[in-house]
Amino acid sequence: MDSIVFYLFAFITVVAAVGMVTLRNPVHSALSLAVVFVSLAALYVLLSAPFIAAAQVMIYAGAILILFVFVIMLLSPGVDRGVGALKWQRWFATVFGVALVVELALVLTTAVLPATRGSFTPERLAEIGDVQAVGALLFTDFLLPFEIMSLLLLVAMVGVIVLAKKRG
Amino acid sequence: MVEVGVTLDPLVITILEPLIKSIVVVVALLTAYAYMTLAERYVVAKIQSRFGPNRVGRVGPIAVLQPVADAIKTIFKEDFIPAQADKIVYVIAPGIAVGTALLAWAVIPFNPPVTMAGYTITFQVADVNIAVLYLLAIGSLGVYGIVLGGWGANNKYSLLGGLRSTAQMVSYEVSLGLALVGVLMISGTLNLVKIVEQQSFWWFVFFQPLGFIIYCICAVAETNRLPFDLPEAETELVAGYHTEYTSLKFALFYMAEYINMLTVSAIAATMFLGGYQGPFGLLPGVHWLILKIAVFIFIFMWMRATLPRFRYDQLMRFGWKVLLPLALANVFVTAVLLVLLGK
Amino acid sequence: MLTANHFIILSAILFGIGVVGVLVRRNPLVMFMSVELMLNAVNLAFVAFSRYLNNLDGQVFVFLVLTVAAAEVAVGLAIIVALFRTRATVDVDEISSLKG
Repeated sequence: MDSIVFYLFAFITVVAAVGMVTLRNPVHSALSLAVVFVSLAALYVLLSAPFIAAAQVMIYAGAILILFVFVIMLLSPGVDRGVGALKWQRWFATVFGVALVVELALVLTTAVLPATRGSFTPERLAEIGDVQAVGALLFTDFLLPFEIMSLLLLVAMVGVIVLAKKRG
Repeated sequence: MVEVGVTLDPLVITILEPLIKSIVVVVALLTAYAYMTLAERYVVAKIQSRFGPNRVGRVGPIAVLQPVADAIKTIFKEDFIPAQADKIVYVIAPGIAVGTALLAWAVIPFNPPVTMAGYTITFQVADVNIAVLYLLAIGSLGVYGIVLGGWGANNKYSLLGGLRSTAQMVSYEVSLGLALVGVLMISGTLNLVKIVEQQSFWWFVFFQPLGFIIYCICAVAETNRLPFDLPEAETELVAGYHTEYTSLKFALFYMAEYINMLTVSAIAATMFLGGYQGPFGLLPGVHWLILKIAVFIFIFMWMRATLPRFRYDQLMRFGWKVLLPLALANVFVTAVLLVLLGK
Repeated sequence: MLTANHFIILSAILFGIGVVGVLVRRNPLVMFMSVELMLNAVNLAFVAFSRYLNNLDGQVFVFLVLTVAAAEVAVGLAIIVALFRTRATVDVDEISSLKG
C-alpha cells in the first residue's frame, strides 16, 4: 500500500518537475511547480512528517509561489525563446544533468554515511505528535538557529521594502 | 441500520467510509449553497425594505424553486473562451477555487461519535492531528483560484482585480493565522476533534474575545465579501477577476465564494464557539453546529446589506497596521496569562 | 517495502531536473523556480533520512530551510523586479553590461 502511494506521487512529482522545466509559458511553469510542491507534501505525510507537509503547502505553495506568480504577471514576460548563449547548451545541460543524477544516486545509495540514530520512531511520533516534538526541539536544541531565523526574516523584509521602492 | 459483519475487508472500509462521508458532505454543501443564494436575496431585500424573489415556485411567500430556475438559466447561457485567453488557466481557475473551498470540510467535526451495532461512526471525513494547519494550508491554496482567474481572461480589468484580491487575501491570512494561535495555545493541540471536546463547558470565545473579533474580520476579508469586496465591486473594476467568465464557470466562482463563507463560518464555530457542543454542554449534536453557522451567515448577509465598502488602500492599511499588531498583542497577552495562571 | 534508497533516488532525480532547468532556461523567473526545485529535492532527502534514522533533526532542519527559502525568494524577486523594471527585457543573456 505504501509503495503504491509512493510510486504514484513520485511519478506525479517527476512529471510536473519536467513540465516546469520544459513549458514555454512561465505561468504554466509556476503551476507545474505548485503540483510538485503539493505532491512532495503528500510524500512528507508518507514519511511521518505531517507538520513539514502542512508547512510546505502553506509556505511554498501558498506564499512563495503566489509571489512568483505575482511577479510573472506584473512583468508580463513573453514566451521564452529557449536558446542560450551557446548553441549546444541545451544538449550539454541535459547530458550533464543525467550524469549528475546517476552519480548522486550511486554515491548516496552505496556509501556508508555517518549519522546518529535518534529515538523518534513513527509510532512514538504518532503518540506525542509531530508538531509537539519538532516544536520542543526548536525551542531547546535548536533555539539559536530559530532566533537567527527570525532575524533573517526581519532583514529580508527590510531589504525587500528598500529594494522595491521606486526611486525619487 | 448498517449491518457491518466481520466479512468486510478493513481495506475496503478504509476506502469506503471516507468516500461515503465526503459524498454526504459535498451534497449537503451544494444544497446549502443553492438555498443560501435564495436566503441572501431575501435577507438583503428585507433589510433594504423591498420584496425578494417571489415569482418562481411559490410556497407561501417563499420561492423555493428559485435556485433551480437560476441554475437552468445559468447553464443555458453562452459559454465561450475569450480570444487569446490562456485556455488551460482559464478553464482550471474556477475548478481550483471550488476544489479548495470544498477540501477544507474534510476535517470539520459534525457530531460526537456514535456507536451502532458495535461499529463506531466518527462524524468527520478525516481525523488528522494537524487539522488546524491543514485548514490554514487549504486557505493559502484558495488564492490560486482567484489569481489564475484574473490572469486567464487576458483582460486588464480582470488582472488588476485578481491581483488586488490576491494581495488582500494574502495580507489578511497572516492575521487570521495569528488569531487562531491564541486558541491553539489554550487548547494545546491542533486536532479539531480534541478542540471541540475541550469546549464542552466553556466555549473558547470567552477566553479569547479579541482573537474572535480579529478572526471574524479576517474571515470576511478572506472571502472577499462586503465591506472588503472592492476587487469585485461592480462600480470599480467591472467585476474584477470574474469579469470574463460566463455560464457554468461563473457559477463555479460564485459557488466557491459562498462555500468559502460556509467554511470560515464553520471554522469560527468550531474553534471559538464550541462546534457541535451546546451551551454549558447540553445536548451536543450537529444541530448546534448548523445553528451557529447559520448565525454567522446571517451576519455576513447583514453586513452586505448595510455597510459601505473599504477603499483599497484603507483596506490594506487596516490589515497591516491595525489587525496584525492587534493579533500579535493578543498572542503575547494570551501567552503571558497562560504562564501566570500556570496552565 | 520502502527504503530510504527510494526517496534518495527521487531526490537525486529532482535535483538533476532543477540543475538542467537552471542551465537551459533563459527567463530569470523560471531559473529561480528551478533553484527552488533543487531546494525541495534536498528537503525531501532530509525528511527521508530523518524518518529512516528516527532522528527529528532532519525535520527541524527542513523547517529552517523552508524559512530561508522564503526569505531568499522575497529578496531575489525584489532584485529581479528592480532590475527588469529598467531593462524591459526578461532574458538573462541581455543583462551582461558588467562584462569586459
